[in-house]
Amino acid sequence: MIAELGHMALIMALAMAVLQSVFPLAGAHQAAPIWMAVAKPAARAQFFFLMIAITCLALSFVNNDFSVVYVAKNSNSALPLYYRIAAVWGAHEGSMLLWAFILGLWTVAVTVFSRGLSEEMGARVLGVMGLISIGIQLFILLTSNPFERIAPAPPDGNDMNPLLQDFGMTIHPPMLYMGYVGLSVAFSFAIAALLGGTLDSAWARWSRPWTLVAWVFLTFGITLGSWWAYYELGWGGWWFWDPVENASFMPWLVATALLHSLAVTEKRGAFKAWTVLLALFAFSLSLLGTFLVRSGVLTSVHAFASDPTRGLFILVFLGVIVGGSLLLYALRAPGIRDNARYRFFSKENLLLLNNILLVTAAASILLGTLYPLLLDALGLGKISVGPPYFTAVFAPLMAPIFLLAGVAPMVPWRQGEFVALARRLRYFFDGSLLLGWGLVWLWLDEDDYATMAGLSMAFWLAATMLFSLYSRIRLRSSWLEGLRSQSPSVYGMTFAHLGVAAFLVGVVLSNHYSQEKTVRLAPGESVSLGHYAFKFEGVSEVTGPNYQAKEGSFRVYRGDGEVAQLKPQKRFYRVQGNTMTEAAIDPGLFRDLYVALGEPLDQGAWSVRVYYKPFIRWIWLGGLLMMAGGLVSVSDRRYRLLARPAVHREGVPVGALTKES
Amino acid sequence: MRYLIPFLVFVTMVVFLAIGLTLDPREVPSPFIGKPAPRFSLPQVAETGKTFGNEELQGQVSLLNVWASWCVSCRQEHPVLMQLARQNLVPIYGLNYKDERAAALGWLKQFGDPYRTSAFDADGKVGIEWGVYGVPETFVIDKQGVIRYKQTGPVTEEVLQKKLLPLIRELEQEKTSS
Repeated sequence: MIAELGHMALIMALAMAVLQSVFPLAGAHQAAPIWMAVAKPAARAQFFFLMIAITCLALSFVNNDFSVVYVAKNSNSALPLYYRIAAVWGAHEGSMLLWAFILGLWTVAVTVFSRGLSEEMGARVLGVMGLISIGIQLFILLTSNPFERIAPAPPDGNDMNPLLQDFGMTIHPPMLYMGYVGLSVAFSFAIAALLGGTLDSAWARWSRPWTLVAWVFLTFGITLGSWWAYYELGWGGWWFWDPVENASFMPWLVATALLHSLAVTEKRGAFKAWTVLLALFAFSLSLLGTFLVRSGVLTSVHAFASDPTRGLFILVFLGVIVGGSLLLYALRAPGIRDNARYRFFSKENLLLLNNILLVTAAASILLGTLYPLLLDALGLGKISVGPPYFTAVFAPLMAPIFLLAGVAPMVPWRQGEFVALARRLRYFFDGSLLLGWGLVWLWLDEDDYATMAGLSMAFWLAATMLFSLYSRIRLRSSWLEGLRSQSPSVYGMTFAHLGVAAFLVGVVLSNHYSQEKTVRLAPGESVSLGHYAFKFEGVSEVTGPNYQAKEGSFRVYRGDGEVAQLKPQKRFYRVQGNTMTEAAIDPGLFRDLYVALGEPLDQGAWSVRVYYKPFIRWIWLGGLLMMAGGLVSVSDRRYRLLARPAVHREGVPVGALTKES
Repeated sequence: MRYLIPFLVFVTMVVFLAIGLTLDPREVPSPFIGKPAPRFSLPQVAETGKTFGNEELQGQVSLLNVWASWCVSCRQEHPVLMQLARQNLVPIYGLNYKDERAAALGWLKQFGDPYRTSAFDADGKVGIEWGVYGVPETFVIDKQGVIRYKQTGPVTEEVLQKKLLPLIRELEQEKTSS
């Protein structure tokens, strides 16, 4: 009964989505206020029904209703309750429902926070979001219905994929989807502005907070995913250039470019056509990511069920939404006029350069991801493109971005003084080069130029960011006054760029100075790695709710002092018959110690893998700092002021309202 | 004109993606295709005393379907296999993978048994030798006992009509030479 209710609710949501797009879009075209007024109630009703649908699916999991195919395939009565709820998005059908639900959530957010928008603009934005909802909900209903029943019902379920039975899994997909789907708001604003011909700085100011929030979620989602892969997959890596990871990273790069470009469009009225294109690209890449993951055209460790009908549906959907928007862009963009003037050396152009580099990076990842498919389609054989390609292409593209990020904040709009700035920053440049080189030469490997370059860039970025903050503060009478007078945007930018520097430190140091050993250890034996000695004390049996585990016990010593006790597990999940490796990690700001059990050998001995990973936490710390920067920026009062005119407008006749905007 | 470039690039990409949809990237990884089926000899599910092994697969085109009572997708493909068994076009053998005997027998009793025989691979060792990485999987084996095709995931009506049956007919035409 509950599953049928969910199914019905989903159909109702689709009906609401149709109302939400047809009437407002037609109304905006015909200037019919009554039609446009359908947008908000329809959007809210749509969300209401989506909420019922996803709650019904969650209840089916909670109640162990194995007559629902999706529940039977992805849950088990022995699965703990919180995983049964997370299992809602543990596989294809439910994760698509989550996608639709989150789109509904963003749509409702737009209805709540967009009171200052002109009526046409609001109607168009919601209308376009409605179109996306229609596509995704049709997709669920026609090809991936999570409410499908099976008769007779199996006595128990197939259990959730053990890889996903983890805290990271419970929040990684919702966060990532919040980011992916959130980019649809900037997309819809761009389409609405193209349709209405109102591509101005007000449009950019509107798009900025939405893009920022989506970017914050995307950053958090990717960071979580990387952290999860690190401790759960047991390979000790943090990024694998897997197609699915790339699918989330490409929109992130383009969204980052969009954030910078929106700043230029808002403040200076420049790059309008380019900014719009980026807004279209960012969400298009999210959709493309969905296609790549769901259709099975690429092989990936995230292998979801591949199904050609699903692939075809998403491809058509992608073609309509992305193709349509790019065609609209081709029609409207020639009429867009930029009215800003700026010199060659100016913040405008430096940000443009940053954009070009970020988009090129995204394009090269896209090429690498699709290359195997291109060759296969042309009949040139099957190949796979791996990390060597990506690192070779990506590092040289990113290096100038790091350098640029240190300079651009100090260059004024319109016109900068290159010589004066070069003179001011020369010491920073030399200093960071010397520091990076010196540190590596003194303590690490004197020939390691990659690490020297990486560290120098991180120092450069951190130093110039702090210096630029200092130069702003110095203009005021006192420190406190100076600190208080800076806008949240300035702090946000500083945090985010410091995050990039921290990330860079983590990447270069953990890449070049990690150590690992795979050894055979009998109880009582130890293995030494760097300054640490790992003593193996033996293995005991542990019983979990739906698994049996062998738990190893290790004591880690540095010199004579005990540093940590680590208990890695080898779990056997009874229902699916899978064995999972649960690594044990002693985390630290400057190093992680990581132990994973391999295979049991004779006489109580095990093959054991131990890792020493310096500074690896800085990678995720950097991600969190970037995210914090985004959050601080969103709190900028400029964005909240926008809602205020709406308060005054209440009760004003409709005619007056349109003139005002 | 230059504003049309993004659109044109996108159209090109969609064409390639559409071609990509018709190809299956998973067809490559199985290194067993074109190789003789790995040797095995296992007790049967129904009769513990009897064994089942490669000899039974010689001299005829056959399907080997990997299944388990705990596998929900197997339940989905089951009606297709039952129908195929009734049509008697090709013998279907089962490899009961990481299962318990009582559960497996109960399953066959409840839903019907499309298999000539099912081998009982309790610890999954034979499955590993055959390169099984998920249940269900279905192997098409020719008269020489060589694996010619592997279906990963459930056999749907569509897979049966478009892939398996044409291949089986083709293999039936091949001469037995040994």
